[in-house]
Amino acid sequence: MKAGDLGELALRNLREAVLRSTLTTLGVAVGVASLVAWLSLGIGLQALATKRLSNSGLFDTVIVTQRRNLQSMRRPPTESSPAKNARLLDEDAKKELERLPNVVEVYSQVRFPTEVRYDGTPYSTIVAGIPASAQGNGSFDGIQGSFFSGPNAEEAILQIEFAKDLSTQPSSLIGKDLVVRYAERQALPPQASGSPGSNNADAGGFSIVPREKKLRIVGIIETEPAAGFGGFGSGRLLIPLEVASSLRAAQVNDLRDAVRTTNGKPVYPSLTVRAKSASLVQGIETAIKDMGFGTFSLQDATKSLQVFFKIFDMLLFIFGSLALAVATLGIVNTLVMAILERRREIGILKALGAADRDVKNLFFVEASVMGFFGGVFGVGFGWLVGRAVTFGINVYLKRQSLPPTDVFSVPWWLVLMAIVLAVLVSLAAGLYPASRAAKLNPVEALRYE
Amino acid sequence: MTTGDGMAVRAEQVSRHYEMGSAVIRAVDDVTLQIRAGEFVALLGSSGSGKSTLLNLMAGLDRPTGGAIFANGRNLSELSSLELARYRSRTVGMVFQSFNLLPRMTLEENVELPLRLAEVDRAERGGRVQEALERVHLENRLTHRPSELSGGEQQRAALARALVNRPTLLFADEPTGNLDSATGESIMLLLKEIQQKLGMTIVMVTHERPLAERFADRIAALADGKLLTDGVKS
Repeated sequence: MKAGDLGELALRNLREAVLRSTLTTLGVAVGVASLVAWLSLGIGLQALATKRLSNSGLFDTVIVTQRRNLQSMRRPPTESSPAKNARLLDEDAKKELERLPNVVEVYSQVRFPTEVRYDGTPYSTIVAGIPASAQGNGSFDGIQGSFFSGPNAEEAILQIEFAKDLSTQPSSLIGKDLVVRYAERQALPPQASGSPGSNNADAGGFSIVPREKKLRIVGIIETEPAAGFGGFGSGRLLIPLEVASSLRAAQVNDLRDAVRTTNGKPVYPSLTVRAKSASLVQGIETAIKDMGFGTFSLQDATKSLQVFFKIFDMLLFIFGSLALAVATLGIVNTLVMAILERRREIGILKALGAADRDVKNLFFVEASVMGFFGGVFGVGFGWLVGRAVTFGINVYLKRQSLPPTDVFSVPWWLVLMAIVLAVLVSLAAGLYPASRAAKLNPVEALRYE
Repeated sequence: MTTGDGMAVRAEQVSRHYEMGSAVIRAVDDVTLQIRAGEFVALLGSSGSGKSTLLNLMAGLDRPTGGAIFANGRNLSELSSLELARYRSRTVGMVFQSFNLLPRMTLEENVELPLRLAEVDRAERGGRVQEALERVHLENRLTHRPSELSGGEQQRAALARALVNRPTLLFADEPTGNLDSATGESIMLLLKEIQQKLGMTIVMVTHERPLAERFADRIAALADGKLLTDGVKS
C-alpha cells in the first residue's frame, strides 16, 4: 500500500477510536512533557551556572606569568631549573600571545588602591581596569546607567556596595563626578650599580607622585564583574582599562620589579589571555607554555563541571523517561485492543489483498501518529511546566530580594529530540501489536465476531 | 489467466487437515478438482463438508497441508506470503455470506479499498469505483454507509468491491446465505450476468442445490472433506 493511503487509513482508524487515541496520545504527551521539563531544567541550570562562571572570567582565561615569578614564590632558581630559559613578559611577548589562535584579547591587569573624593568626603577603595570586551560577555547585564562610552572615556562604574557608601540613593550618582587620588609611578633614569656583571646593572627605579583624576559616574552594577581569579579582584571602582593603564598608577608588583633585571624594557607582572571559549583554553595554555611562560587556568575545574552536568542531565533524562515508559505501555495497550476490535477488519483487508507488511505498517503509522502528536503536545506541556515553575521561582526570589532568573531552557534540539524520541518510542511500542496483527490468519480473522 | 491448459484453477489431491489435540480434522481430504476459465462452478455440500475450506484454499486465504493448487499459472502452495497477497489482490475477487463491508466506510470507500491495496493510481480510482458500482446498480449510493443499505444492496456493494480490481476469478462463499430468496435470486442473476458479460470464472459455495442447479455450469459436491461428485446437474 502506498504511504499516502496508509496515512489516510491510519488517521481514519485513530479518528474512529478518538477517545482512546486521544487518551493514549495524552499519555505520550505527559511522558514527553516530563522528559522535556526535567531536561530543560538541567539545561537551564547548566546554562545559568555556565553563564555566571563564564562571566566571572574563571574558565575562559589563562593567566600568564614569567616562569621565575611562580618559582620565586617557592625557591630560588637553580642552575638546572627552567628559570634560566624563562622569557620576559614584555610587549613583544604580549604581541606574540595576541597572535595565538583562538585568543580574543590579551591585557595586563591594572588594579591599584586609591582614595576617592566625592562630595568632599574621602573613601578608600580599589580601582580596577576593565577591558572594552567585558561589555559583551554578560558581566554588565542589568547595569544601572550604561557601560563606558569608549575605551578612553574618563568614566567610572561603581559597584553597588561602594555606591551605597557614597550615597543613600545610589542611582542618583549616575552623571555625577568624583575624583580619584592615586600614586603615579614615574620612572627614574637607569643607574650603574658599580660592579660589572651585576644583575641590577640596568635596573631603573621609580618615584611616587600623588595625582588626581576626575571621572564621571556612568553606571552602577549589582555584582562584581570578573571578580576573583583572572578577573579584576575586589575592584569596586571600575574604569576603562586603557584609562587605568594611562594613569601609570603604582601597583603592588612595582616594588618587586624595581629590583629585577628587565634590560630596561617594561615588563608585565602578569598578562590575562582570554580565549574564545572555555573549551579552547587547554590548547592555548599548552601553546603559551611552549613559548616559555608559566600559566594558570581553571580548565580542570571546567572539565569536572562539564562531567557533573553530563551526569546530572543523564539522571534527569532517566527520571523524565519513566513517564514516557509508562506512556509506551499505554500505546501497546491501545494497539493490542485495536487488534482485538479490528480482528475481522484485518481479515477483510487480507482477503482483499493486503500483505502482512501492509497490516504491520498500518499499525506502525497509527503508533507513530500518536507518538508524533504526543511529542508535539508534550513539548508544549513541558515548556508550559517550565514557564510555570520559573514564574513560581521568580516570585519566591523576588520576595527574597533576589534578581529573577530563568532556570528552564528549551533549546530547539531538545524540541526536535523529544518529538523524534516520542515517535521512535511509539514505533517500538507498536512492534509487538503490529507484528501480531500482521501474523493473523485471514480465515480465522474473518470468522471472528 | 489460465494454468496453461484452459484451466482457471486446478486442485490436485488437495488436503487441509487441522490438529485439535490428538485428533486430526480432515476439513478437505485429497480433493482433485479442475475449473475451466469462464466456468461457473458451485461447490455444494452441507455444513462442515469442507466446501468453504476448499474455496479459501483456492482463493489463497489459506494453504493446503497436502497436494497443490495451481492458479494463474503458479502453484499457490509455493508462493510467499507477499506473492499470495498479490494473487488475492490482482487475480481474485471475494464475496462473503456476511458481506464483510467495513461499517465505518462509505460505499465508495469500501469499493475503493482493494484499489488502495493494489496501489492503483489515485487518478484512476474514481472511474473504476464508479464503473464497479454501476455494474451492480449502486452508482447513486456512493456516500452511504453499509448500515444504511439493505442486505441485498450490501451484497451488491461487496460484489462491486470484488470486481473493482478486474479479477479473473470470483470466489463467492454462500453469497445468498443472509438474504431472502428474492434478493438471493437477484444476486445470483447478477453473478450470472457478470460471468457471461465479463467471461469471469466463478466458484460459488452453497448448500442450496436448487440455486446451484439453476445458475452454475457445474456442481462439485463435497461431504466430509471429500469430493463426492463433480459435474452432475440433476
